[in-house]
Amino acid sequence: MSLVSLNEAEKVYIIHGVEENFRCDGRSRQDYRPLELEMDIVSNANGSARLRLANSDILVCVKVEIDTPLPEAPKDGKIEYFVDCSANATPAFEGRGGEHLAAELSRFLCLAHGPVFNLSKLCIVPGQSCWKLFVDVLILECGGNLFDAVSLAAKAALCNTSLPNIVGTYEDGQNIDLQISDDPFDTKPLEASDLPVLVSLCKIGNSYVADPTIEEEICGAGCIVVSVTPKGNVTAVLKKGAGSFMPDTLNEIIMSGSHIGILLNKALNETLIQDMSSNVCKQQYGFLK
Amino acid sequence: MNISISLASKKTRHAVLKPSSNPPIIFTPGEKIRDQTGFMRGHGTYVSAGSLKATVAGVEQNINKLVTVSPLRCRYNGEIGDVVIARVTELVHKRWKVDINARLDAVLLLTSIQLPGGELRRRGMEDEQSMRSYLSEGDLISAEVHSVFADGSLSLHMRSLKYGKLGQGVLVKVQSNLIKRSKNHFHNLSAGVSVILGNNGYIWIEPTNDNKDPVGFEVDLQQVVDIGDRQTISRVRNVVLALSYYKMLIYDTSIQYALEESNKYTVSDLLTAEACYDIANLTRHRLQAMGE
Repeated sequence: MSLVSLNEAEKVYIIHGVEENFRCDGRSRQDYRPLELEMDIVSNANGSARLRLANSDILVCVKVEIDTPLPEAPKDGKIEYFVDCSANATPAFEGRGGEHLAAELSRFLCLAHGPVFNLSKLCIVPGQSCWKLFVDVLILECGGNLFDAVSLAAKAALCNTSLPNIVGTYEDGQNIDLQISDDPFDTKPLEASDLPVLVSLCKIGNSYVADPTIEEEICGAGCIVVSVTPKGNVTAVLKKGAGSFMPDTLNEIIMSGSHIGILLNKALNETLIQDMSSNVCKQQYGFLK
Repeated sequence: MNISISLASKKTRHAVLKPSSNPPIIFTPGEKIRDQTGFMRGHGTYVSAGSLKATVAGVEQNINKLVTVSPLRCRYNGEIGDVVIARVTELVHKRWKVDINARLDAVLLLTSIQLPGGELRRRGMEDEQSMRSYLSEGDLISAEVHSVFADGSLSLHMRSLKYGKLGQGVLVKVQSNLIKRSKNHFHNLSAGVSVILGNNGYIWIEPTNDNKDPVGFEVDLQQVVDIGDRQTISRVRNVVLALSYYKMLIYDTSIQYALEESNKYTVSDLLTAEACYDIANLTRHRLQAMGE
């Protein structure tokens, strides 16, 4: 995936830096690079967000549709994740290059959100119709730590999503016709603030770092991605890379990930509240830096 | 632990350059520059329906009747004598292919390096077989542009004690046209670190090492860079990125001024947009006051 290659001396320099708790860009092992978030930038979607983490640029857009629920879960709605790795991000994503990463990301997002996301909220008429959410993630630039950035952007977009109100139903024999409100502002927000975010911890030497850059990801033996809810519960864990972890280290990493995850969730929540309060005459920037 | 998520609407969006009274006209690809009659078509232009149009986004430059458009942002176009930082990508017959941020990979011939120990002789079969022991894939070198081939690719040489394989340090990539051409591209900053400003936009930052083996292909992997040097290296790295974000020319004076202005921030604070803007702005003021 990466076009960055490092030689032994550069790797040694990074590894020694991590041991001294002083990384190449001056951060300590637990620090995140500054993040930038913009809400509601796709006007024809039900919810959207753009997140920039150093050089990683993620656009997430949520669309809702009416669908019939699955026969085994008649009272539940549906949610589908789709990740697209744009070839603009890195030439390695050209053609089918990013497919593997995209599948891994969407599968893990689904796994992480699964235990927390209450699908019954998406139910309209049990057994007949429900809302289906399409969460589309577009990776526009790739600067390391994609999992964290994608999950933060996805959570922000879902928090931004609102479902149209249904003003009436007409029964026509077996079928039920739903009438959706014509007013685009007649909506109710989707409660998504309890969704987890992902925290990647990359093992470099004998210690591990949060928010690894591409260079650090190359140096690392392996990476653990922990999905953490705002209360600190871990809903899923994934290992990336070829390295192996001792049970003790793994426990320590998961504990530390859960601690970081609480703070990350808190920071995102504060930013979302700040965005809500400054909603009047907001100027949109998009990709014009 | 430091996590900050800011809103895009809260970001400072000022340019550090002062608005001039007659800003240059920027042409976009396909935009008409002028009628062709009486003018010659140069780089970055094409003729369509009797008029000259731009093929790149940039500003017009005229030399007598020749019309060219020089792009605002492009890959590195080498010139003979440029100092470049290069990364070895592959080994082929009697030469290394190196990445220098140009359209094509440059070549470094086996005959254009100095053998360890300063031996001067013809390069035979044995030397060719031990090429990987000198430089292997991923290694970084500093070198000089020796010649330009007809297709625009470059040939490099390292036949001077200044050039050689690079050891422990940090590589920063910026746009190649931000590097100011000067007599000397090797600088020992007063803070105790050395920087090599490659004309190709690659900047190497390393701790100053006085007793370095001049012509060696050996790199000391055991050496641990001490925390003081490490902090300065990271500071230089962040400052260079701040200057490049605001499209300011990068050379010894601008780096030195920016470093002095950055002293009120901690190294990790230099990653924030506010600190970057502050430093770039203060540096520009100081450079203007000095008349540069």
